[in-house]
Amino acid sequence: MNILLFLIPVALALGALGLAAFLWSIRSGQYDDLDGAANRILVDEDRPKQSKSKE
Amino acid sequence: MNCCAIGNVMDAGTLFQGDLAPWIFTQQNGQREIDLIIPGLSSAESITTIEEAIESLPHVLSARINFTGRRLLVTWTDADFNPNSIAKTLSELGFTSRPFDPSGSGFKADDAQSRMLLRAVAVSGFAAANIMLLSVSVWSGAEGTTRDLFHWISAVIALPTVAYAGRPFFRSAARALSSGQFNMDVPISLAVCLAAMMSLYETSTHGKVAYFDASVTLLFFLLTGRYLDHLMRARARSAVSQLLSLAASSAMIVDEAGVPRLISATAIQPEMKMLVATGERFAADGVVASGVSEIDRSLVTGESNPESVTCGSVVHAGMMNLTGPLTVEVTAAGQDTFLAEIVRLMTSAEQSRSRFVQIADRLARIYSPAVHILAGLTLVGWLFWTGGDWHASLMTAIAVLIITCPCALGLAVPAVQTVASGVLFRNGVMIKDGAALEKLSAIDTVIFDKTGTLTRGNLRLVNAAALSPAALALAAGLAQISRHPLSKAICEAARLQGITPLVIEKSEEVPGCGLLGHDQGEQVKLGSRFWCGMPENETQGLPEFVLVKGSRAPTLFTFEDELRDDAGAVIAALKAIGTHVEILSGDRPAAVQRTAERLGIELWQAGVTPQAKLANVHALKDAGRKVLMVGDGLNDAPALAAGFTSMAPSSASDVGRNAADTIFMGESLMPVLVARNVAIATHQISIQNFTLAVGYNALAVPLAMLGFASPLIAAIAMSTSSIIVIANSLRLAFQFRQRTALAKSQVQGLTHLEQRAA
Repeated sequence: MNILLFLIPVALALGALGLAAFLWSIRSGQYDDLDGAANRILVDEDRPKQSKSKE
Repeated sequence: MNCCAIGNVMDAGTLFQGDLAPWIFTQQNGQREIDLIIPGLSSAESITTIEEAIESLPHVLSARINFTGRRLLVTWTDADFNPNSIAKTLSELGFTSRPFDPSGSGFKADDAQSRMLLRAVAVSGFAAANIMLLSVSVWSGAEGTTRDLFHWISAVIALPTVAYAGRPFFRSAARALSSGQFNMDVPISLAVCLAAMMSLYETSTHGKVAYFDASVTLLFFLLTGRYLDHLMRARARSAVSQLLSLAASSAMIVDEAGVPRLISATAIQPEMKMLVATGERFAADGVVASGVSEIDRSLVTGESNPESVTCGSVVHAGMMNLTGPLTVEVTAAGQDTFLAEIVRLMTSAEQSRSRFVQIADRLARIYSPAVHILAGLTLVGWLFWTGGDWHASLMTAIAVLIITCPCALGLAVPAVQTVASGVLFRNGVMIKDGAALEKLSAIDTVIFDKTGTLTRGNLRLVNAAALSPAALALAAGLAQISRHPLSKAICEAARLQGITPLVIEKSEEVPGCGLLGHDQGEQVKLGSRFWCGMPENETQGLPEFVLVKGSRAPTLFTFEDELRDDAGAVIAALKAIGTHVEILSGDRPAAVQRTAERLGIELWQAGVTPQAKLANVHALKDAGRKVLMVGDGLNDAPALAAGFTSMAPSSASDVGRNAADTIFMGESLMPVLVARNVAIATHQISIQNFTLAVGYNALAVPLAMLGFASPLIAAIAMSTSSIIVIANSLRLAFQFRQRTALAKSQVQGLTHLEQRAA
């Protein structure tokens, strides 16, 4: 049964990792514009943008 | 034309002209940002078009569109940058925009709440998955210290989770109890807390069963339902609030010294002199002091024909000045305007509207007391039967509470309403809340306004086919310079027939009369019968223009307010399903009768005042009808507020959109029918979901009361019933998959991909 002492923390840590990633994605605003994200798939990202100095 | 500085730039309404300073937010690092709402944003291409156009403006750091909220956030650092140029660029791209304050309109709070719920869903989901893993090990035979260890780990995960993720329910339950009421959250909070505490006690005494998994899974499913519900309301709210104007209108006032200056509409006082350029809407009621023009009253009274005004004519706030600049002496402003009267009527109509109780709340009123009584009876029964064994009795009573917890019930309505609002959104219908959806399913009478609702609200040349191309080309050449609706209709007709307008020399607009110009040395006139020297003809009642070239015989152009393309089909479909259809219009009888006959509507009234519209709706309501009012104008607003439920096109007046429960976009009338059909399907599926959820309880409760509800049974029953309810709700999306707009959006997506491939 000693394997449990190893496996349970591993399982919990992996779960916590997923949770942390999800919480991070919420915090960074990835769930703020779901419709926009769906539509931006259709948009060419690599279209040449007019470069301009940001200073 | 010294007074037309604003009006000449653009049609009033397309461009926000006031000072944007109140909406600019400065961050600590000196960056400035402004939020703008772009109601017309509808396709993926426009996202990049707008972002690129705005980012290419000098000084702008970034422009980011939030497509869900139809919002644009622009940031810049330079204090000299004039944010009005953003609105200008947008209007050049064909988009209207309005400044918007995210914190003032409750968006910040809304977003914060949405994130909080999503975090709670994530935490409870994580906890539920891990505890379930441990519980499965216990159920499959973990014994002794291993079981105790698993229970303790579960407790360590579950207790903080309950404390964190349960807050929305605890708060709501506390609110309900403190006002002496029951809601669904009372049994939920009780079950979750009791289950956690009892399990903790069991764990500390090396007991065999612990309900940690039940209490956390319960929270997870309920929070999912709560989040879905929130998502639907947030989507509806943002869609609706984008359409509500910020009352940003301003007016050009001439002071005693004769100097014109721009003031906010709220600062207008009676007896001020107001200059109104062509294409502007009047900011206040008044009397024309000088100038001749024609005004468009369609949004205010429903009258579709432009009317000539001259010195002494009365004008109301909201009407649009069409052909010549006017000076208006303000007679009433603020509280004394026609608009204020409409708002008063609306407010009283809303108060008289009976409070509608949503189906979930109705059920909660019966359900929660029933659950508590059952749990109480179980406790008493077990005490009596076991001769005072508190431990066993309490355990069974808590098991009853957990089993009956309205998990599937909490999902039943939000799940289906979220799916429905998504389906409707794709069909161009924005619904303000779930109650509006439930009300729509019950309607049996539809009252339509005519101008702008059944019709598009713009005029079309009816006798284009009978006219010679030469006459049309000549008329179009003259009409080009004018913004009069009839002139626009002539240009449109010429464009449709592929006729190039003639170049007319020295063309000018004679306010209140028509257009004047020269072609091949001869004078050309396009305008009213009287001005062109033709006898008046009152019988027909349709708007007309007469074209006269030199001394030749005049040509008559007849116009009509164009019906929405599918109005006939929608009315026929509504009648086919037994709905009672009526027209209440403020327009003249001849015009209303024509529309009614073409659409096959027997019941119509013309020349109806806002008060009379309201009275009509009330009368139908008293007769037991469930009225859906569809209208767009200021004059419809009180009736919209009084109807059982109401819809307005997105082109409606601000007040009209505000009053309506549901708003539909686009040129088609089909959304009215689609909304009703989706609402009925939603209602049916909600009922099915409730039946499923209650049916599951009917099976599980006797088991629990007899003491057979092990944690395993509770977990299985709860999960399956929730999943069944969600799956059943998703049927709605499939049911409406083949319908109109979804197919359209797919076509759009495909063309876009094809363009990329090419």
